[in-house]
Amino acid sequence: MILARIVGTVVATRKDPRLVSSKLLVARPMDPHGKAEGNYLVAIDTVDAGVGETVLIVSGSSARMASGMKDCPVDAAIVGIVDTVEVAAGD
Amino acid sequence: MNHMQLAKVIGDVVVTRKDEALHGIKLMVLQPLAPDGSAIGRTLVAVDAVGAGVGETVFFVRGKEASFPFYPTEVPTDAGIVGIVDQVDVPRT
Repeated sequence: MILARIVGTVVATRKDPRLVSSKLLVARPMDPHGKAEGNYLVAIDTVDAGVGETVLIVSGSSARMASGMKDCPVDAAIVGIVDTVEVAAGD
Repeated sequence: MNHMQLAKVIGDVVVTRKDEALHGIKLMVLQPLAPDGSAIGRTLVAVDAVGAGVGETVFFVRGKEASFPFYPTEVPTDAGIVGIVDQVDVPRT
């Protein structure tokens, strides 16, 4: 799983029927220190996250194990809103 | 990419609001390691199935298999710690 910051929302009217009423957000992956890294991605939100929040994103087929995502065409799902990340000194 | 890997546990993540299936599961920050112990690749967050702690060397799986230790609960995770490493021995070639 990766840490990411939510930077925006996506509106898509025409989409797969199994995605109707799902919320899509744009996320920027980041390292544990909060520094942005890698490419932006679109993820399905299952925990009511909002712009500016730090979240936990699960990718690949595991994304379909997020609540309510069974058999949905999804490869990235937001499964948690991060309160804090603690990293050992020097790492 | 999808094979078992060595990593050092460098931290943990506190997540209050989360998918129900993640409740009671520890989330750790991992830095993947090369066999010589040097850091290689990006850090990631993994669920912990073995009670690992910060500072320990562990091995972890990627993909859906990461949720298997919690079966039959379907934990939404793509990375999971499945063992704590006592020793790695890689003869020089």
